[in-house]
Amino acid sequence: MTYQPQADFGTPASRADETVTLTIDGRAVTVPAGSSVMRAAAEQGTAIPKLCATDMLESFGSCRLCLVEIEGRKGTPASCTTPVEPGMVVHTQTPRLQQLRKGVMELYISDHPLDCLTCAANGDCELQDQAGAVGLREVRYPAGDNHLGQCKDISNPYFDFDPSKCITCSRCVRACDEVQGTLALTVQGRGFGSKISAGLASDDFLGSECVSCGACVQACPTATLVEKKVVEIGTPERAVVTTCAYCGVGCTFRAEMRGEQLVRMVPWKEGKANRGHSCVKGRFAWGYAQHQDRILKPMIRASIDQPWREVEWDEAMAYAASELKRISATYGKHALGGITSSRCTNEETFLVQKLVRAGFGNNNVDTCARVCHSPTGYGLKTTFGTSAGTQDFDSVEDSDVILVIGANPTDAHPVFGSRMKQRLRQGARLIVIDPRRTDMVRSPHIAADYHLPVRPGTNVAILTALAHVIVTEGLADDEFIRERCDEDEYRHWADFVALDRNSPETLEPVTGVAADLVRGAARLYATGGNGAIYYGLGVTEHSQGSSTVMAIANLAMATGNIGRRGVGVNPLRGQNNVQGACDMGSFPHELSGYRHISDKAVRDLFERDWGVSLDPEPGLRIPNMLDAATDGVFKAIYIQGEDILQSDPNTAHVAAGLAAMECVIVHDLFLNETANYAHIFLPGSTFLEKDGTFTNAERRIQLVRKVMSPLNGHEDWQVTQMLARALGLDWAYTHPSEIMDEIARLTPSFKGVSHQRLDAEASLQWPVDDKHPDGSPIMHVDGFVRGKGKFVVTDYVPTDEKTGPRFPLLLTTGRILSQYNVGAQTRRTANEVWHDEDVLEIHPVDAEDRGVRTGNWVKLASRAGATTLRALVTDRVAPGVVYTTFHHPETQANVVTTDYSDWATNCPEYKVTAVQVAPSNGPSDWQQDYQAQSTRSRRIVQRDAAE
Amino acid sequence: MNSLDTLIRMANQIATNLAHEPDPAAATAEHIHLFWDPRMKQMIRAHDGTGLCPVAQAAIARLAMAA
Ligand code: SF4
Ligand code: SF4
Ligand code: SF4
Ligand code: FES
Repeated sequence: MTYQPQADFGTPASRADETVTLTIDGRAVTVPAGSSVMRAAAEQGTAIPKLCATDMLESFGSCRLCLVEIEGRKGTPASCTTPVEPGMVVHTQTPRLQQLRKGVMELYISDHPLDCLTCAANGDCELQDQAGAVGLREVRYPAGDNHLGQCKDISNPYFDFDPSKCITCSRCVRACDEVQGTLALTVQGRGFGSKISAGLASDDFLGSECVSCGACVQACPTATLVEKKVVEIGTPERAVVTTCAYCGVGCTFRAEMRGEQLVRMVPWKEGKANRGHSCVKGRFAWGYAQHQDRILKPMIRASIDQPWREVEWDEAMAYAASELKRISATYGKHALGGITSSRCTNEETFLVQKLVRAGFGNNNVDTCARVCHSPTGYGLKTTFGTSAGTQDFDSVEDSDVILVIGANPTDAHPVFGSRMKQRLRQGARLIVIDPRRTDMVRSPHIAADYHLPVRPGTNVAILTALAHVIVTEGLADDEFIRERCDEDEYRHWADFVALDRNSPETLEPVTGVAADLVRGAARLYATGGNGAIYYGLGVTEHSQGSSTVMAIANLAMATGNIGRRGVGVNPLRGQNNVQGACDMGSFPHELSGYRHISDKAVRDLFERDWGVSLDPEPGLRIPNMLDAATDGVFKAIYIQGEDILQSDPNTAHVAAGLAAMECVIVHDLFLNETANYAHIFLPGSTFLEKDGTFTNAERRIQLVRKVMSPLNGHEDWQVTQMLARALGLDWAYTHPSEIMDEIARLTPSFKGVSHQRLDAEASLQWPVDDKHPDGSPIMHVDGFVRGKGKFVVTDYVPTDEKTGPRFPLLLTTGRILSQYNVGAQTRRTANEVWHDEDVLEIHPVDAEDRGVRTGNWVKLASRAGATTLRALVTDRVAPGVVYTTFHHPETQANVVTTDYSDWATNCPEYKVTAVQVAPSNGPSDWQQDYQAQSTRSRRIVQRDAAE
Repeated sequence: MNSLDTLIRMANQIATNLAHEPDPAAATAEHIHLFWDPRMKQMIRAHDGTGLCPVAQAAIARLAMAA
C-alpha cells in the first residue's frame, strides 16, 4: 500500500449498543450513542480540524480548533467534547467557524518555527495539515517567545524532543497517562506559556521515569516528539502490517518503509492484541536486524576447535545431510533430534517437527517452551482439556479482581501490563503473589490490595491455602461446580484442601506469608465479582510447575471464574510464539493440536498425508537429549532459533551434552553461545524478512509479513526445506501459506485457518473449526473442552533444592522491560542504555551480613557452579532471597541454576536455586575459561581469504 | 549425576506428585508410558529398584509387565 497515516477519528469509539442519528453538513449519520460529534463527522468522512484530539485518547477540549455550530444551540461548541444527540443538526464549515479557526491557528503558528521545509515531520505533521485545512494565509502576531529557541533533548536513544515545536496540546502527557500508565510527563506552567517536561524540569527523557514506549511520540501532532530514524531517513512512503517478534502479547505494527529500509514501527490501531500501543522493544528495538554481527553465509567445520569456514548453501546442505545420514547409519536413527523455537513462525516450527518425525524417523523434537510454559500445557490440558489460556486480552476490561501470580506484566508483557493498569485505575482490585515487590504492587495510581510475598518454591502451598479458605468458609460456587465439573473429583479435592494442614495458619511458616493476608486475598478473589488469574514463569519454572498450574485451575473452577468475559486462567507467554510452537506439535510426545503420538488414528492421518510411517513412541525432551548425549547415544541435533547454552539451566551440563555430539547444526541470526559447540551454522532471517504467522498468548493467530528481502538470501522455512530435500524428502512448498494449509488439514483446531482469511480478517483465535467458524475469543463458554472440569489434588512437595549452611539464600530469576530473553536481539540495539549488565538484587540485611554494597562485584555460587556480577542492594526482594536476570552471556546466570525440574514436564526449576553470595574481585574460573573458549570458537575464515 | 540417577529422581517425583490419584502406581506408570522415550523406559525397567520409592517401584513393575 502507498503511505497513508492511520485514520484518526479524533475521539475513541463508543462501545454503546444503542445508536443515534443526527445530521452533519446536510447528511444523516448514525453512530453509537456516546460518540462525539467529531467522531460522528469522521465516520461520515468529514474531517473537522483538530489539534488536541486523537482517537487513542479521551477528548480534552483545549485547542478550540474543532468548533462547530449546532442548530438551536448558542455559541460554537468543541466537537470533540460534545456528545451526539438524536436529531442534532451540525454545521462544520461556516464563515464564522472559518474565522474563529483561523484566529486559533494564527496564535499557534506565531509561536512555532516556520522551518517546515527542513523539518523531519514535513508532510506528516498535523499542524501543517490543519494550517492548510483552515486556510491560514498570514500571521499578524509577532513571533511568540514561549517555546521558540528552546533546546532539544536528544537523550533518548530512539526519539528526540524539540520543545521549540511544541504547541502544548498535551497529547503526549495524556498518552503517557491514559495509554501507557507511566505518568512520566507533566505540563509545567500555565496557559500559552506552559511547557512539557519529562519529570522535573531539570530531568531529560533518559533520566526520567519514561520507559520509552513511544506512545507520546505517536500521539504528538508535530515534530516535537519524533523518531530519530525519521530525522535520519525521512518520512515513510509505504506501510506493511506485521506482528512483533518479541513477546507473547503479539502487538501488530505498521512497518513504515522507504524502499527496503525500515523507517519506523507504528503500533497498528486495528490490532486486537495491542489496540494501537506497544513497548520499547517492538516499536524501537529492531536495529539488530541490520546488525554487523549477523551471519549471512553458511559455515561449516569438522570440529569445534577449528575456525569456521564460509561455504555456499549447497555445500552446507550436502555436508549437513551427509553427517546426519552417517550418524543415523552408525548410531541408529534415535541418535538424531531437533529443537524448534518459539521465536520462529508457526510454519517454520511445523516444518522442523515434520523434518524430525518424517525425515529423521523419530520423535526427538522439542521446543524452548520446554523451559518456560510446558507445565501450562500439561496443567490446563489435564484440568480443562486444552493447553491454552482461556481469555482474550480485552476480557480484562470486565474483571473486578485481578490475581497476578509469578508474573511481572509491566516488564515482561508491557502492553498488556498497561491494559491491566487501566482496568485497575478504573477500580478493579488487585492481588499479587510474588516473592518480589514488582511494579504491579505499587506504582503511580496502582496499589495492590494484597501482596503475598511468597517464599520461592512454595506456590502450591499458598494456592492450597487460598483454596482452604474458599472451601472452609463456604465461598465456593456450588452451582458452577455441580453443572460444569466432575463432582466426585471436586469433593475429593475439597476434602483435601479443607484439612487443617492446608490452612493459611499452618502453612504460614512454609510460605512465609501471614495467614490473615492469605485469608483476605482468598475472600476477595472468591467474592469480589469477576476474578481473573494471570500468571507467568514464576508459576511454571518450578519442580511443581504443573501442579501450580492445576492449583490455579482448581481455584478458578471452585469460584466459577471460567467461561465468560472478565474471568479465566491466563498464562502470559514469554516469547512471541510460545503458544504457536506448542500448538504445532513441537513436543516429543504429541503431534499438532496436542494429540498424543501413540494415538493410531492421528498417526494414520499424518502418515497418509506425509507418505511415511511414524514412530509411535514419544521422543526425548531437551534435558533428556542432553543426558543421552553425555551417555554417548545422542549424536546430532538441528537447533532453529534457540540458544540453549545460554537459556537452559546448568550451563556446564548443557555444554557437556553439546560437546559430546558429532553434528550440531545451529540455524540462527547470530553466532550465539550454542554455536560455540556447533559444526554447521545456517544463517537465519529476521521477522522483517519472512512471511508466516505467530500465535500470541490469547491463541490469536496473526500474519507476519515480509517487508524486506532476507539479508541471508532465504527465509527460515526455505532453509529447513533445503535441509529436508538434501536428506531426500520431496518437499516443494512455494510459500508459507501452503504450510498453513497443511497445518489446517491435519489439525482440527486450525481447520478454518488460512493466510487468505488472516489477510482479510487480521486475526483468528483458535479453535477455528466447524463449531467456532470465526474462532474463539473465550474458551469453555458452554462447557469444558474435556467435558467436565477436573479438580486435581495438588499436594505441596518441597523442592529437593534446599538452602543450608553452605547455600543459605534462594536465587530466583526474571527479566526486565528493555531486554528480551537471552538478549541476542536486544543486546544488539540501543536498549543497552537501560540495562547493560545483569545485576544481583539482594536485601539490605543479607548485604550487610556479607559486607556487600551496591555496585560491588559479588560471587554467586550454587551446587551447580559460580559466576560473578554486580550487586544492587534493595528491599524489593525479601530477606533470604536474591534475584537476577539472564540477559547477558558474560554473567551466565544459568551457570548457577540446577537441573532440577518440574515433575510432569521437566521444565527447569529456574526460580529456586540455593546459593551463597560473597564479595569478589573478578570473574569466576568458569567465566574465564568460557570467555577463552568462546573467542576461539568464533573465529571465521572468510571465503575470499580461504580461496 | 548420571542419567540413571536423573531417571530415578524423575520417577520418584512423579510418584510423589501423583500420590493422591485413585491408583498412584497406575497413574505413575501411565505418566512414564506417555512421556518418556523408549530408552529411558528401558533403563528404568532394567534398574534393580534401588533408590525408587515404593509407588515408583510398583509403577516400574507394571511398565515391565506391559512391555
Ligand atoms: S515514551 Fe512512553 S513512557 Fe516515555 S514519556 Fe512517552 S508515553 Fe511516557
Ligand atoms: S510534545 Fe507534541 S504532543 Fe506533547 S504537547 Fe507538545 S505538541 Fe503536543
Ligand atoms: S508488548 Fe510484546 S509484542 Fe508488544 S511491542 Fe512489546 S515486545 Fe512486542
Ligand atoms: S480538537 Fe477539540 S478542542 Fe482540540
